Amino acid sequence: MKKLLWSAGLGVCLALGACGGSGDGKKKDDVSRVFDPFPSTYTAYPSATTLITNATVLDGKGGLIEGGSVLIEAGQIKAVGTDLTAPDGAVTVNAEGKWVTPGIIDNHSHLGAYPSPGVEAHGDGNEVSGPVTAEVWVEHSVWPQDPGFTRALAGGITSLQILPGSANLFGGRGVVLKNVPARSVQEMKFPGAPHTLKMACGENPKRVYGYGRGSFPGGAPFSRMGNVAGYRTAWIEATEYKKKWDAFIAGEGDEPTRNLELETLAGAFSGDILVHMHCYRADEMAIILDLSEEFGYKVAAFHHAVEAYKIADKLADYGTCSSMWADWWGFKMEAYDGIRENIPMVHNAGACAIVHSDSDIGIQRLNQEAAKAWSDGKRAGIDIPIEVAWQWLSLNPAKSLGIDDKTGTLEPGKMADVVIWSANPFSVYAQAEQVYIDGALMYDRNDPAIQPVMDFELGQPGEGDNK
Amino acid sequence: MIRSLISSLALGLAGLSLAPAAAAEPVAILGEKVWTGTAQGTLTNGVVVIDEGTIVSVGTGAAPAGMPQVKAKWVTPGLISAFSRTGITEVPGEQSANDTGASGSPFSAALNAADGFNPDATPIAVTRLEGFTRIAVAPDARAKLFAGQGFLADTSGLPGSVFKERAFAFIVLGERGASLSGGSRPAAWAALRGAFDDVRFFTARYMTHNDGNVLTRMDAQAFMPAVKGEQLILIDARRTSDLEAIIDFKQENPMLKIAIVGADEGWRVADRLAAMKIPVILDAFSNLPASFSQLAATSENAARLAKAGVPVAIVNLDDSSHQARLATQIAGNAVANGLPFDTAMKALTTVPAEIFGMSGLGVLAPGACADVVAWDGDPLEITSAPTAVFIDGVSEPMESRQTKLRDRYLSLDTSERPLAYKH
Repeated sequence: MKKLLWSAGLGVCLALGACGGSGDGKKKDDVSRVFDPFPSTYTAYPSATTLITNATVLDGKGGLIEGGSVLIEAGQIKAVGTDLTAPDGAVTVNAEGKWVTPGIIDNHSHLGAYPSPGVEAHGDGNEVSGPVTAEVWVEHSVWPQDPGFTRALAGGITSLQILPGSANLFGGRGVVLKNVPARSVQEMKFPGAPHTLKMACGENPKRVYGYGRGSFPGGAPFSRMGNVAGYRTAWIEATEYKKKWDAFIAGEGDEPTRNLELETLAGAFSGDILVHMHCYRADEMAIILDLSEEFGYKVAAFHHAVEAYKIADKLADYGTCSSMWADWWGFKMEAYDGIRENIPMVHNAGACAIVHSDSDIGIQRLNQEAAKAWSDGKRAGIDIPIEVAWQWLSLNPAKSLGIDDKTGTLEPGKMADVVIWSANPFSVYAQAEQVYIDGALMYDRNDPAIQPVMDFELGQPGEGDNK
Repeated sequence: MIRSLISSLALGLAGLSLAPAAAAEPVAILGEKVWTGTAQGTLTNGVVVIDEGTIVSVGTGAAPAGMPQVKAKWVTPGLISAFSRTGITEVPGEQSANDTGASGSPFSAALNAADGFNPDATPIAVTRLEGFTRIAVAPDARAKLFAGQGFLADTSGLPGSVFKERAFAFIVLGERGASLSGGSRPAAWAALRGAFDDVRFFTARYMTHNDGNVLTRMDAQAFMPAVKGEQLILIDARRTSDLEAIIDFKQENPMLKIAIVGADEGWRVADRLAAMKIPVILDAFSNLPASFSQLAATSENAARLAKAGVPVAIVNLDDSSHQARLATQIAGNAVANGLPFDTAMKALTTVPAEIFGMSGLGVLAPGACADVVAWDGDPLEITSAPTAVFIDGVSEPMESRQTKLRDRYLSLDTSERPLAYKH
């Protein structure tokens, strides 16, 4: 039997049982087709059958149910409606006056890779040794003890994508995590989530390399045109690499030598690895759309996309998502044209809009970021129901990560990733009171016993405090 | 023919976005709720009458007949950003467009941030649109722990909007102060004490040469009012031990006027800060052990400090130039974490006014400056926004470069002409 390390999109993985997935008997389609020697060992924590009642429920796919109930059974959403009754032995949570939503998914975080405390030794987010480092995997940088994970949990984050930084044209592979405290990153890896690839446009790569302030590392790219030449050169190499493997799989020639960098890029051609592209300016995004068609891959989402509103129609036509802040702007030239209505304007054009954080502070209140954008849109004449806008926080990021068949809405059969909010989560005064992940109560604002404290925080001032 | 010429001229003028602001005429501003910041508290169906740049009356009676009216859900005093870099950098990431600090300058305490202020900077209008009418602007410490001189300005965007230069000296202690002083906290404190020494012995020390122990002649001169207790000193510090050291320093030098910026672990020394009457300017989002100086950071910092009697101002320390406006959201979150609403409002109005000695600002009271904001909802709520902003009684344009970009791209139809013709 030939030992194949990368499947060239044939939907097979013959790496002698070392494929991704938890190996715990989950459905076959949970198993990534990408060779993963660091597979997820996450399994859901024990959960009770739970009926949440009397809540205002946002189902995450565009529906709002007053006086709604959500039934959680065996870690999954069992039912959502207004006339559910608690099965025998079920825990009932009376959520009168409260709101219930799917857990928030942040598809742009550097938690663990740039953890707290942000000391020099913790700067593990950018492999600044060259502009093309598709061979690195950010999961090898993630420190699971980052207290930022627990703060994000208290803000209703149930899943998140950790990305390498944006210093490089190809920053490396990202990883999708369940937001549970763990001893290793494998215990957090979202079972069956596709691998992702981080790429970056614009100022950062050319500044870090070309200008480099005359120091390490220097060299190309010096310019935006250098950036694009860098992408194309790498994609050409990856095309050749893929051809060799395709031929080998077809029974021709010797087994090619593995190349970690090209293995990742080739995975993007097959669609097994989802491309997440840091890009601020509209004109650069338009170039990238063409570039992706030149080489035959798809951009899953543009990140930051501060000027997405200028080409929202083109983004809708292409069918990609934009991951955006509500109101960050102006801190550098490519963010200069940021406006407060970016998110609703992208949504209004029929494109996929996502609220992201890129921040250990912002990730704690993405609901508020969505609310700001939602109300600014409304004032500009773009009136989007709150239950539709919630898709920016759960379903759309899930789509961009290829996990929308598993989470992101409160639909029967999906993971019971659920948040109970003290009030309308589009209010500044609302707080996540209870956060369930796969049906297990992982955070309870009113019960210190259900509030994780990371190793780093033990024995330090503020241990176990309200955060 | 003539008529059509005139009307097209009028249209042209109406289309000018940067037309001179209207004069300060009498206006009655009606609010379903009027937060006054005074003993009047929050009025229901209140009326604020302004004329000639001043507030004439604040009450619940009928609006004066015949006077133009502005109606709103909420009315508040113009908000005050207690710590910002707004107007001294257009684009922080571009050195040519950033006057916040100067790592290559031989000077430190003498650097006058007002020299870098540009009332045309786009963040000014962006900040004003969110209800901030006054800003305290601090330089950034880049070469030494003495950042320089901060100033106070309004956000009208007009020449002359700086109303107090050299309003405070800003210095940075803690980790950054240590790093700027050669690498340790002892080095930072040696520099601070040495600078005080330079000022106290100014005449003798600089008689024959230009350098003191720490400060150049010009820096020592600029730092003198602070050392004499005639000028406010803002000190950035985070860790409990740093805060204790500052409180000790104030005890040794009771004439000093000190306010602390940051104070992430301030709640642990809240009683001492209150006893020494040291106000705190904080970012209530800080709840992570982002450094070894912020291990005890908590979202309840503001609430605990206020409860102990410490005057608290709330600001955005994360992006203080372009996002100073987020202080309302930050204050709202502080309320969600235990700070009374009224105290949170004071953290954006009366407390900054007290810290910087801005008389007649931060309140709605007869005789006060007519800095007034009309809102479409609770000012701390993330879904609310101002509908009108008055500075010194002048109704300000509710337009910024951002709103113009928005309006240009609300429709992406380029079938007739490129969007560049839409302006």
